[in-house]
Amino acid sequence: MSLKALDYDSLNENVKNCQYAVRGELYLRASELQKEGKKIIFTNVGNPHALGQKPLTFPRQVVALCQAPFLLDDPNVGMIFPADAIARAKHYLSLTSGGLGAYSDSRGLPGVRKEVAQFIQRRDGYPSDPELIFLTDGASKGVMQILNCVIRGQKDGILVPVPQYPLYSATISLLGGTLVPYYLEESENWGLDVNNLRQSVAQARSQGITVRAMVIINPGNPTGQCLSEANLREILRFCCNERLVLLGDEVYQQNIYQDERPFISSKKVLMDMGAPISKEVQLISFHTVSKGYWGECGQRGGYFEMTNIPPRTVEEIYKVASIALSPNVSAQIFMGLMVSPPKPGDISYAQFVRESKGILESLRRRARMMTDGFNSCKNVVCNFTEGAMYSFPQIKLPPKAIQAAKQAGKVPDVFYCLKLLEATGISTVPGSGFGQKEGVFHLRTTILPAEEEMPEIMDSFKKFNDDFMSQYGVGYSRM
Amino acid sequence: MRRFLISQAKKGLVDHTTRRQHHQTRSFLSLLPPSFSANSPRAAPLVSLSRFMSSTSDMAASSDSTSSLPVTLDSINPKVLKCEYAVRGEIVNIAQKLQEDLKSNKDAYPFDEIIYCNIGNPQSLGQLPIRFFREVLALCDHSSLLDETETHGLFSTDSIDRAWKILDQIPGRATGAYSHSQGIKGLRDVIAAGIEARDSFPADPNDIFLTDGASPAVHMMMQLLLSSEKDGILCPIPQYPLYSASIALHGGSLVPYYLDEATGWGLEISDLKKQLEEARAKGITVRALVVINPGNPTGQVLAEENQRDIVNFCKQEGLVLLADEVYQENVYVPDKKFHSFKKVARSLGYGEKDMSLVSFQSVSKGYYGECGKRGGYMEVTGFTSDVREQIYKMASVNLCSNISGQILASLVMSPPKPGDDSYDSYMVERDGILSSMAKRAKTLEDALNNLEGVTCNRAEGAMYLFPRINLPHKAIEAAEAEKTAPDAFYCKRLLNATGVVVVPGSGFGQVPGTWHFRCTILPQEDKILAIVDRLTAFHKSFMDEFRD
Repeated sequence: MSLKALDYDSLNENVKNCQYAVRGELYLRASELQKEGKKIIFTNVGNPHALGQKPLTFPRQVVALCQAPFLLDDPNVGMIFPADAIARAKHYLSLTSGGLGAYSDSRGLPGVRKEVAQFIQRRDGYPSDPELIFLTDGASKGVMQILNCVIRGQKDGILVPVPQYPLYSATISLLGGTLVPYYLEESENWGLDVNNLRQSVAQARSQGITVRAMVIINPGNPTGQCLSEANLREILRFCCNERLVLLGDEVYQQNIYQDERPFISSKKVLMDMGAPISKEVQLISFHTVSKGYWGECGQRGGYFEMTNIPPRTVEEIYKVASIALSPNVSAQIFMGLMVSPPKPGDISYAQFVRESKGILESLRRRARMMTDGFNSCKNVVCNFTEGAMYSFPQIKLPPKAIQAAKQAGKVPDVFYCLKLLEATGISTVPGSGFGQKEGVFHLRTTILPAEEEMPEIMDSFKKFNDDFMSQYGVGYSRM
Repeated sequence: MRRFLISQAKKGLVDHTTRRQHHQTRSFLSLLPPSFSANSPRAAPLVSLSRFMSSTSDMAASSDSTSSLPVTLDSINPKVLKCEYAVRGEIVNIAQKLQEDLKSNKDAYPFDEIIYCNIGNPQSLGQLPIRFFREVLALCDHSSLLDETETHGLFSTDSIDRAWKILDQIPGRATGAYSHSQGIKGLRDVIAAGIEARDSFPADPNDIFLTDGASPAVHMMMQLLLSSEKDGILCPIPQYPLYSASIALHGGSLVPYYLDEATGWGLEISDLKKQLEEARAKGITVRALVVINPGNPTGQVLAEENQRDIVNFCKQEGLVLLADEVYQENVYVPDKKFHSFKKVARSLGYGEKDMSLVSFQSVSKGYYGECGKRGGYMEVTGFTSDVREQIYKMASVNLCSNISGQILASLVMSPPKPGDDSYDSYMVERDGILSSMAKRAKTLEDALNNLEGVTCNRAEGAMYLFPRINLPHKAIEAAEAEKTAPDAFYCKRLLNATGVVVVPGSGFGQVPGTWHFRCTILPQEDKILAIVDRLTAFHKSFMDEFRD
């Protein structure tokens, strides 16, 4: 018997099987290059502040005051903080028992959960119960908690869109469940075809898998599409018929870059459909402070809302949450501020609107610049980024490139992305990390680089792609 | 607890057969397109989706569940059902209801407030944060303050300097960005330097993983180590229930070893060995040993000699040593001193190649008590690079821990130094908190030892007392009649009579037939006196009611 306690071979297989491309090979190589002094443009993670987006001023003022509550007693505090930030800091501190330094209720501060419920109610026009809202350290933690409750073993399957955000594949793999993929239709602007869903479920069941839940990401990551109301109805009806819990990843709900398909929450659509379906479909919706025009990724703040989940199951989810004691309190306050931003008449209102509109409008322009840029490149096609923070262009790799990738022992799109990184410093994520149809290759890039840098980035991408395509023989591009 | 192990072992055998199936069913991942799983050497032959174009009538034949809802208590993960976390369990729920009811119904109760002694949450009981730490955090959160001249009137100069230093270590000074999944490198450098200063042995920033409090770090290690109930973790009994809960959630087996109450909760190597061998005889592979030092809930501080024996034991038996050292600043007696296990191991001449050691630290404890920040780290030594990559990967799925928690973790490992602007006030705050904690511990300990049939070891460290109550037979019978554990019965009675919330010993594990509760030393000093009065009166009337 080996005396070394932790041989690689003896580790949990589920851990070894899990893949997380967003911080995988490409990211590690990019970090190495950065250390060597090369300028790297990190477009691999939806991490806006890392690319120069400035935080919104008002929430930062409020949280800074909550961090340093002794400032509130200082007569000079008004010299560096506006009165509404001071009032709001007092408000949030009054919702805590012991300020930012005390564990809160494991589900989050009741007062903040109430504000979240009010926000949902305003957004959807239907009541929302704070008791069914749990605050989390980012939406990822919430997804993990819920999947942990759902997955009992390898025989439990979760329907996940492909391409998907790898949090889902990684978590399902860590928990030892089975990912049941359904394909989004690239030619239909990444639309979701319920027939594909049916096939996926039938196939999984024929293999003995109990399909238990379905994930939708709306707006889509990495695909950037916004689901239509009609589509959401179909999905909900499908979940009802097939008795699936719907996990609605709605973290990009503020990030909409067109007017035809505004964001509409799964909860609203479900409630609009009325009884009996509105009482039958079990739905869990996720939201975060990391996205939108907030982009406060480093805070790790999020929530989930449960609909039609029986009280005893809610109790169990509460129990698991309690083992982690509580989500971090400053992020809870960020969440409170996100769902109840400054109102007209508040001192900080004008500035808040200016900042948030500025960010959103710029993101909208960048989405356009990026998709147009990709579509002007040889052998690259890209659906318009309707929402979220990503473009997911398809790269039609010539056979010679695929051959070269094989020789290098790389998946073809990894090969392409590595070359792109070495040549331009642009750090992307290969499509294989998200899943894609066989023989089709993509990459994901965020639309987050600063607007003024965007033309240069797209130019250097185009130049790289031209060189790559001529090196590996453009003639064979149409596959 | 013996019973616990046996039943786990039996389940472990069952699990063995299901594991074989598990390997066969792995091929379902092949539903994914090939490029998706191309990096996984274990990916089984691929099946294309189109081959399974089947009619919908196939679906009608299969039924997922007997209930119409997909997620009900009967169909959730049984590991979730099994885990228990007493620190926030039934008694706390009752307390919260009482607290609500008190608002409108003040006259119905013999007390006017609920005093929470169930959880180590100092700031919820009035402990103030260390000002320097909060100044730095506020400046980092709203860094444009650093450009304002007025800021110098409101903040100490060293907090401003420190905030600059920290911001300079963060790429783009973006405290709102996800960081490296192990935590911001510059902060890890500071922490490593702090560990080095503490231990006088080198520490490598690449060994440090910053986490949202110590608990997620413990979960990560359990996830890594536990594949099935055939994998066991040696845990002290009594233990902090994070360990039992995490082991249950990850489907492993808890292998208990008993701390000896008679010798001040000492840890006997002979007992460790016995438990290890028993577990092995039952087919359990024991992967790691958990030691909590200073102890939770037991409050003992291990002697260095004892730590050396533990290190040698782990080395000989090939166990990972999981050292929960979150109470390292909380030592209250002059005859004991905290020594990190890493320092002890290195002093014995054991290096990186000799043993695997994980040390957990948190911003929630110590004199800082910053529970709500969810900051902490683990220092992982003696792991091969391929294992380390797996830990990194697990960390990366959650992207990163919260940045202000990360900053605070670096601050507690490098507080103000002599000569700094904040040094004097920092020392006053820190010593005030620690000496008050020591005083409160002593007051409570003495009071408990004065109660009929109650014995309490001294709190050498941590934040808890864990008195033993010799319950009369009549009380035990009354508890059984209510289908409650006798110590939970006592604690509920205490709560209903006094508003004082403590956690029954059964939530932590105890020698069968003995009964305890855990009480924090965290209420402020005036409250401690009130607790003593109420507890003394309650205990007397309890004994009067049930004395044999």
